[in-house]
Amino acid sequence: MATIHVDGRDYEVDGADNLLHACLSLGLDIPYFCWHPAMGSVGACRQCAVKQYKDADDHQGMLVMSCMAPVQDDAYISIEDDEAKAFRANVIEWLMINHPHDCPVCEEGGHCHLQDMTVMTGHDSRRYRFRKRTHQNQDLGPFIGHEMNRCITCYRCVRFYNDYAGGGDLGAFGAHDNVYFGRFQEGTLESPFSGNLTEVCPTGVFTDQTHSEHYTRKWDLQFAPSVCHQCAVGCNISPGERYGDIRRIENRYHGEVNHYFLCDRGRFGYGYVNREDRPRVPEWRERQRVDAGAGAAGVVGGTISLEIDDALDRAADGLRNARRVIGIGSPRASLESNHMLRTLVGDANFSTGIGARELELLVRMNELNTRSGLPSPSLREIERCDAVLVLGEDLINSAARMALAIRQAVNAKGEALAAERGIPSWNAEAVKTLAQEAHHPFFLATLDATELDALAEQTYHAAPDDIARLGFAVAHYIDPEAPCPEALDDATTGLAQRIAEALLAAQRPLVVSGGSLGTPAVLEAAGNVACALARRTRPGALSLVRREANSTGLSLLGGQSLDWALECLTSGEADGVVILENDLYARVDAGQADAALQRANCIVTLDHQRTATWDRADVGLPAASFAESDGTLISLEGRAQRFYQVFDPSYIRPETRIRESWRWLNALKASVERQAVTPLTLDEVTWDVAETYPALAPAGDAGLSAAYRVHGLRLAREPHRYSGRTAMRANLDVSEPRAPQDPDTPFAFSMEGYAGYAEPRREVAFAWAPGWNSPQAWNKFQDEVGGHLRAGDPGVRLLGPLPGDYDYARTLPPRFVARDAQWLAVPQARLFGGDETSARAEPIQARMAETRFTVSRGTAERLRMSPGAPLTLHLGERRLTLPVAVSEAWPDGVIGVPDQSGLSLAAPEWAHLERQEVSA
Amino acid sequence: MSRILQDRDERRPETHPLTFRLNDDGTPVMLDDYREQQGYASVERAFRDLSSKTLIEELKTANLRGRGGGGFSAGLKWSLTMQGEGIPRGYIVCNADEMEPGTFKDRLLLEQQPHLLIEGMILAGFANNAYQGYIFMRGEYVDAARTVQRALDEARAAGWLGRDVAGSGWDFDIALHTGAGRYICGEETALINSLEGKRANPRAKPPFPGQSGAWGKPTVVNNVETLCNVPSVVLHGADWYQGLSQGKSGDGGTKLYGVSGKVKRPGLWELPMGTTGNELLERAGGMRDGHTLKTWLPGGGSTGFLLPEHLELALDFDTIGKAGSRLGTGLIAVVADDQSVVSLARNLEEFFSRESCGWCTPCRDGLPWSVKLLQALEAGEGERGDIDLLESLAVDLGPGRTFCAHAPGAAMPLASAIHYFRDEFERGVTRGQGAAHADPIPVGSV
Repeated sequence: MATIHVDGRDYEVDGADNLLHACLSLGLDIPYFCWHPAMGSVGACRQCAVKQYKDADDHQGMLVMSCMAPVQDDAYISIEDDEAKAFRANVIEWLMINHPHDCPVCEEGGHCHLQDMTVMTGHDSRRYRFRKRTHQNQDLGPFIGHEMNRCITCYRCVRFYNDYAGGGDLGAFGAHDNVYFGRFQEGTLESPFSGNLTEVCPTGVFTDQTHSEHYTRKWDLQFAPSVCHQCAVGCNISPGERYGDIRRIENRYHGEVNHYFLCDRGRFGYGYVNREDRPRVPEWRERQRVDAGAGAAGVVGGTISLEIDDALDRAADGLRNARRVIGIGSPRASLESNHMLRTLVGDANFSTGIGARELELLVRMNELNTRSGLPSPSLREIERCDAVLVLGEDLINSAARMALAIRQAVNAKGEALAAERGIPSWNAEAVKTLAQEAHHPFFLATLDATELDALAEQTYHAAPDDIARLGFAVAHYIDPEAPCPEALDDATTGLAQRIAEALLAAQRPLVVSGGSLGTPAVLEAAGNVACALARRTRPGALSLVRREANSTGLSLLGGQSLDWALECLTSGEADGVVILENDLYARVDAGQADAALQRANCIVTLDHQRTATWDRADVGLPAASFAESDGTLISLEGRAQRFYQVFDPSYIRPETRIRESWRWLNALKASVERQAVTPLTLDEVTWDVAETYPALAPAGDAGLSAAYRVHGLRLAREPHRYSGRTAMRANLDVSEPRAPQDPDTPFAFSMEGYAGYAEPRREVAFAWAPGWNSPQAWNKFQDEVGGHLRAGDPGVRLLGPLPGDYDYARTLPPRFVARDAQWLAVPQARLFGGDETSARAEPIQARMAETRFTVSRGTAERLRMSPGAPLTLHLGERRLTLPVAVSEAWPDGVIGVPDQSGLSLAAPEWAHLERQEVSA
Repeated sequence: MSRILQDRDERRPETHPLTFRLNDDGTPVMLDDYREQQGYASVERAFRDLSSKTLIEELKTANLRGRGGGGFSAGLKWSLTMQGEGIPRGYIVCNADEMEPGTFKDRLLLEQQPHLLIEGMILAGFANNAYQGYIFMRGEYVDAARTVQRALDEARAAGWLGRDVAGSGWDFDIALHTGAGRYICGEETALINSLEGKRANPRAKPPFPGQSGAWGKPTVVNNVETLCNVPSVVLHGADWYQGLSQGKSGDGGTKLYGVSGKVKRPGLWELPMGTTGNELLERAGGMRDGHTLKTWLPGGGSTGFLLPEHLELALDFDTIGKAGSRLGTGLIAVVADDQSVVSLARNLEEFFSRESCGWCTPCRDGLPWSVKLLQALEAGEGERGDIDLLESLAVDLGPGRTFCAHAPGAAMPLASAIHYFRDEFERGVTRGQGAAHADPIPVGSV
């Protein structure tokens, strides 16, 4: 700690910080541009100048850039000094020389850091009277808009994109007052983290193009704290709504999970909420049994829209008439909704909606996380690990935000080296210079080459069983008691020994694996490594990747597999089914789903998307998406987090009958039981979940109860400048209805309520503080800039390690041997298109690469195929034809089948391949 | 080709360590000639008698100050290079990116006596525990590059470079790298970035290159002339070297001085450090007939203007510094009475503005503004307040406010030009402030 004297007041600060970091953390305002809490200092913009004095008697002082000035004990500083103030105003004046002053038509306006800083410095009249320099803009793809004239050349974009996120196609070109930030030629930005440019850029150069399509000022958006539903990482998001549509998704700061950054799937994948074809009223599909000719689906018939009561009655009738009703839950729905389904159908009739193979892996992951001795880390904890082994996960595709965290962990070697030479970790360029290509030990075993390969000390591209064998060998070389695979070749043995040494030498080794390959052996291998490390009394972490937003939650909640449910229906054991937010056709092959649904006498489905399953239901109940509902999810870290309803869908669309699934299910249960519906609140369901499932008990505290108040006030969903509330519905009805009431959360559908930062709170709908309209306002909510929210970061962790010995897995797979006429088909995760809901969003569709099989060069040559040629894969009765992609890294004898490609593959299976002749 | 304007008779080994070997016809002194005239003798002495520590001590005592314009003690710089256990061996980088306006001294050494530089770099490598040297040369110095490359090949063939230098058991080699033409590459850290293949932006200091330089390793960057001074210090000792300045200056050694502009005999001379401006102008034959001296820049475009009365000052770092300018490279540019100081300032600021790397705001956006203001004044379209604005810009472009020394270098001639010749600037002011907007915009006339 150090004491600094700022404008006559004394403060205790961390002596390892720079002055800017220290002062901002104290709540003092110093304007800045090039500095970013996650990216350190580079001293480029000169905006954060303050006066520093030698001692108490020095009245002259000199200007220093606070971001580049280390905190010194007993330092005398002035932010308010006239010379410093004048210089800071001048810096703004220079930055504005070529800036177009187009705030009224600029999408950044209203949440613009440049606007905020301009106001903060007091610069208000320009003296520059000459021509401005102008630039041409580029088409950077479906996500990011580009308007270079607004650029103030702070270099944050390239520092984030290249240095932080490892991108390679955004650069700084030119020199002097003609620096251009763009691509060497027009084209889609390649990085899966490009969306962060919209928040990293302090002005309107890089803007969210999906937002442009239906633009709304920040102050006119209604927000709620939410959690991304597009994968299992659990990034916190702040979706903004206007006129019943989600207009954009901004990062919501979480000190342990996503910090300041999201992946592009999460940021730009919200379009499914706004789809025109979403079911918004209950539907009844008339059944006309047709003779089972031509193998067609068993029903045809008209669809009619229903009112709520009618829909509930018909659904209840159908379910009452069934001999046995089962429920199929969903890993993309909340704990609350799944729980209500389970309550409706009974424990014995509840399926998690997850395939048997995947469910087995998920349950095993929970066991490993609690019983291997190594805890499941948050992303921030991952960033502090100093040796990493990844077994089987292509993280950019299966958990992109985690890949970004691992990049920081591996690159942190530079900070360690810098510390040895007395260079502070915040001195970003100096750390980078010293680090060069130095990385913490990082080993990556995957099928294909991945974007993280460049950081790895060594990569290992092999078939799933061989990846597992490498992992088992590593465990063995850490602890000889762990079994060693037989017939290991010398190269693999050498690699395993190197990895074992690196993990043992580390202070905080990290093991990452997961379910993407559908191979239990890979998971067991990771478990053995974790256990071996734990036995050697090493602190460390074991991170296991799950696929969907609530995969962890469903596996903890428990229930039968989807395979069981389908078998129940197909065999006729059950003839009624309630399907919750789950498209069976996205999980199993169409034939399997058809066979099950065909025999059901009553199918009730709840979803917010018009899926193939929805189209097969007798009664469809329009469910709320994440944006219109509240609930709890459990991330792959084991963190239970609450997402809050952003808007009431019926306010702008009164005809809408969308309800939260858990509300529908409560009403349906009452209808089935011929009871009057008792109103239910979220808190009641959440508490019920916590009481019912011991493993989920802490999840009851994941969010704020509806009774929470700050100074007796609810929390506001709308900024206090929110405009037009009384006019928004004027085209529907001149009398303004009462603002929607929210019985479930402490948030109000209104600008009335607490929205400040002075009172610490965990759940922040939107970051705003006086003078801070941009996302940089998060500074004001943190214990120190870039640290944790002052009230603690949202969520509670469920997967703490339990004490006790964990036994090694002792069933080790033999070496993978390629077959003559068969190939091992292996599932392949993909960022864009691999997730059911975001794949329904247009901008994501624009980024979805052509769906292809992946084979090795050797396979392609054996089949005499060149890239792009069509290939048919046969799995028993099932078949799929796709073009092939040829990868140099890919192992022989294996073929990659991308997720959501039309053929569902839960685990590796042997397949036949058939080359398709291309007709000339 | 650069020429030394002193005859061979005058250039003695004991008084002209930098130039005594040069041929009168300007042909380069290659290895055989060079060896015959004490060439590489200092390396032999260093290997025989000196350690890294004693060599650096000798250099410190000699008070050799950086000849690139900074004037920082070379010995002190070397003593700050990190060496020792766990520290990787690093680099010696010769800054041969001579782009300072009005400067052509390094070119002479590179074109005509490349082995002296190589000898100096070997000593630097020895003292700083480096394993590789780089000569970062201005791209336009095509002849120099050819000659230096020939000399490097000769030296390597003769065992002065490469493995086991001169049987010492110590390895050191040098590579030539020619630049792509940015003035900022003369700034040592921008030079290193450029050498690494990155944008030529300067780096923050600390850490200094001696801590973390090229590719993160300890790196010493010295100017050509500085390195060329080292062999004689090592060979003849610090006291001898100190004596070379003949009491004219506290600094040791000789200096390659030069004169350009409207003088009778523009050129280069090796003279004792601290030679006065008057002596130098005399060497140049005085002003051309019909011209009188209006003002002069003591050592390149990034130094402040001085008046004729300052010619009596010793041309060394401290004396010129006290007069409010900088010695810089020591090649003075004279300005005759018929030359416009406003145009000169505009020309210089245009240069500095164009050569700004674009990293920090004052330099990137402030310099082009100063150019536009100067252009307006030059065209007689200046507004009241423009000169004050220029002066305030010059302050904000000063030391500590910008990221590196580029903008302060640009501010110096601007501030001094206004200081000494404000009337010339005022002649360009023809409009009141905001005159362009003074006419009321017609309202309601449509």
